[in-house]
Amino acid sequence: MARLTPDNLLLARKIIARFPKPRSATIMLCHLAQEQDGYLSEEAMAQIAELIGATPAEVLGTASFYEMFKMHPVGKYCVNVCTNISCQLLGGEELLEHAEEVMGIRSGSTTEDGMFTLEDVECVAACTEAPAVQVNYRYFNKVSPEGFDELLEDLRSGELSRTIPPHGTLGYVRQDLDGDRIANITPPSQQVEPVWFPDGDSDEGPAK
Amino acid sequence: MSDTAVDTDEADQDVPKVVSSRFDVADGHTLDGYTRSGSFEGYAALRRVLTMTPGAVSELVKDATLLGRGGAAFPAGVKWGFCPPGVWPRYVVVNGDESEPGTYKDRLLMERDPHQLIEGSLIAAYAIGAAQVFLYVRGEMPHAQERIAAALNEAYEANLIGKNILGTDFSVDVVLTWGAGAYIVGEETALIESLEGNRGMPRLKPPFFPAAKGLYMMPTIVNNVETLSNLPWLLNHGVAEYRSIGTEASPGTRLIALSGDVERPGVYEVPQGTTTFRELFESERYGGGIRGGHELKMFIPGGASAPWFFPEQVDLPLEGRVVGGEGSMLGSGAVVVMDDTTDAVRACLRLVRFFARESCGKCTPCREGTVWEEKILQRILDGQGRPSDLDLLLDVADNISPGPYPLAAYAEADLEAIPFPPRQTTICPLGPSSVAPITSAIRRFRHEFEDKINRKDSIPVTSAGMSNV
Repeated sequence: MARLTPDNLLLARKIIARFPKPRSATIMLCHLAQEQDGYLSEEAMAQIAELIGATPAEVLGTASFYEMFKMHPVGKYCVNVCTNISCQLLGGEELLEHAEEVMGIRSGSTTEDGMFTLEDVECVAACTEAPAVQVNYRYFNKVSPEGFDELLEDLRSGELSRTIPPHGTLGYVRQDLDGDRIANITPPSQQVEPVWFPDGDSDEGPAK
Repeated sequence: MSDTAVDTDEADQDVPKVVSSRFDVADGHTLDGYTRSGSFEGYAALRRVLTMTPGAVSELVKDATLLGRGGAAFPAGVKWGFCPPGVWPRYVVVNGDESEPGTYKDRLLMERDPHQLIEGSLIAAYAIGAAQVFLYVRGEMPHAQERIAAALNEAYEANLIGKNILGTDFSVDVVLTWGAGAYIVGEETALIESLEGNRGMPRLKPPFFPAAKGLYMMPTIVNNVETLSNLPWLLNHGVAEYRSIGTEASPGTRLIALSGDVERPGVYEVPQGTTTFRELFESERYGGGIRGGHELKMFIPGGASAPWFFPEQVDLPLEGRVVGGEGSMLGSGAVVVMDDTTDAVRACLRLVRFFARESCGKCTPCREGTVWEEKILQRILDGQGRPSDLDLLLDVADNISPGPYPLAAYAEADLEAIPFPPRQTTICPLGPSSVAPITSAIRRFRHEFEDKINRKDSIPVTSAGMSNV
């Protein structure tokens, strides 16, 4: 797919400016590229490498460690069924088996129409709501096999397209941190002791 | 979508809500809601802190014995004191990478009370003299990311973050960043690696802990979300009132995620040390009894890494030292209840499989060992186990976390204690944690393993999800 669009390139530069060292932006930029394309393409990784002063292999090296980055196209909706202990106790594995059956695919693969990718995932921190399912990382609690069928139906019909963006998009709201808002983000080598931090003996707060 | 059961009984005045007072306030996540509702006035603590010296703030937190809520229960004030003097810049990293199986509390704190976390982070930044705060939120939690981003935007707008906060000299930036799916990044040095743009592999420590050499090799304090969320209440209500909750050694409250086979699973804020597991499971206020009238078989007192407890331990209080003394841990406040219908081998396999999948691959005993443990357990469950498998399993476990037990003697009924905290042949405790469910299950339910090994016709309960192992 593609390099970053001009808008996203602008956003990428803003994100880089938030970190004392550009490489710290690696994961955020991989998310941005994945949001644009639905997966993390080689071209995008090469461009991220240029932006942060790394090699494409270094970006791939980092990105391939993290489960959320997909190096090839996946379904519009990633359906993640939690099967870890709290969910297993309340039917998570049976739900996954049901999902494999109704979707006609094994966990880890994508339906032929490119609509769904099914995965069994580790704990998603919804343990009291077992069994839990995430669709593009949006939560569905206490999902029964029937509830799962309805969920698929709603996803297919577009019923949920407003609340669930296509795969790759995480938070809709971004931190808005432009140049004039930033107090002092510089490389560590340029940072000194904060002016407001007393030398130890002072018993007063920062100057007003 | 998020009708999570949380303790919303407002009549319970006797249990102070230190961190969860806005969980059921509809707009508690906004700046307006934060300053108006809850058990203290939003950002009043920050204002108070700015009239104190940073050293006095650290002392106060030390006096309160605010124990870290991420799992290790290390006192936060003491940790802050480990920054070497005269070395700048310093950083604060907020660990919002909650992913220990059974743990569900930081996500609620981030989604429902983000300003409380931000205020706590600012207090920590002020106390240690941080140049910047990084709020690292787990990748799989977009709702928490949105809520925190919106809260940060509001707080910057209101001059609560950024340049010259509230008209003082105090200036600090708070930057939100996301993870991308890796349990190990919850380990603080792995989190720092991730934040530097690397694979999330833990660093060897000692010699250097993050407080001395952390992010960019500069002094860095990594604190858990719940730990920092305690600070605004603590600063508002004072040390004495904070210490009046809970016990002498473990003051304050804890958010406990009670999950598994109980009637009322939920996230409950309980005073540390004064509630027993029995109360948590059986009382109407909390768990409401074991599901469907079944009997308790075993429970995990503190997340997947914790050795299991059994019915004879239900009268223990939820107190770190007591639970530790009994050979397990309260960890991250994740209590998982398993009733008498639970297959011990299957539960054990699921937990071990988690560690095998999440091993970062840096240390050989963990990378190779956890996979072997999983394979052996899988074939036992599938009815393909061999009589020698239990000894083999314990041998592999022994290579990741050396036990005091001689393997041959393990066959005898009376076992030596499982070493806890686990000994490590690895850099971090992930691999050794995989041993906890194995030794717990074999120690107590050896017959279940043997039944499966001896009965060759047993059929796997499910084969789902095994295709990508």
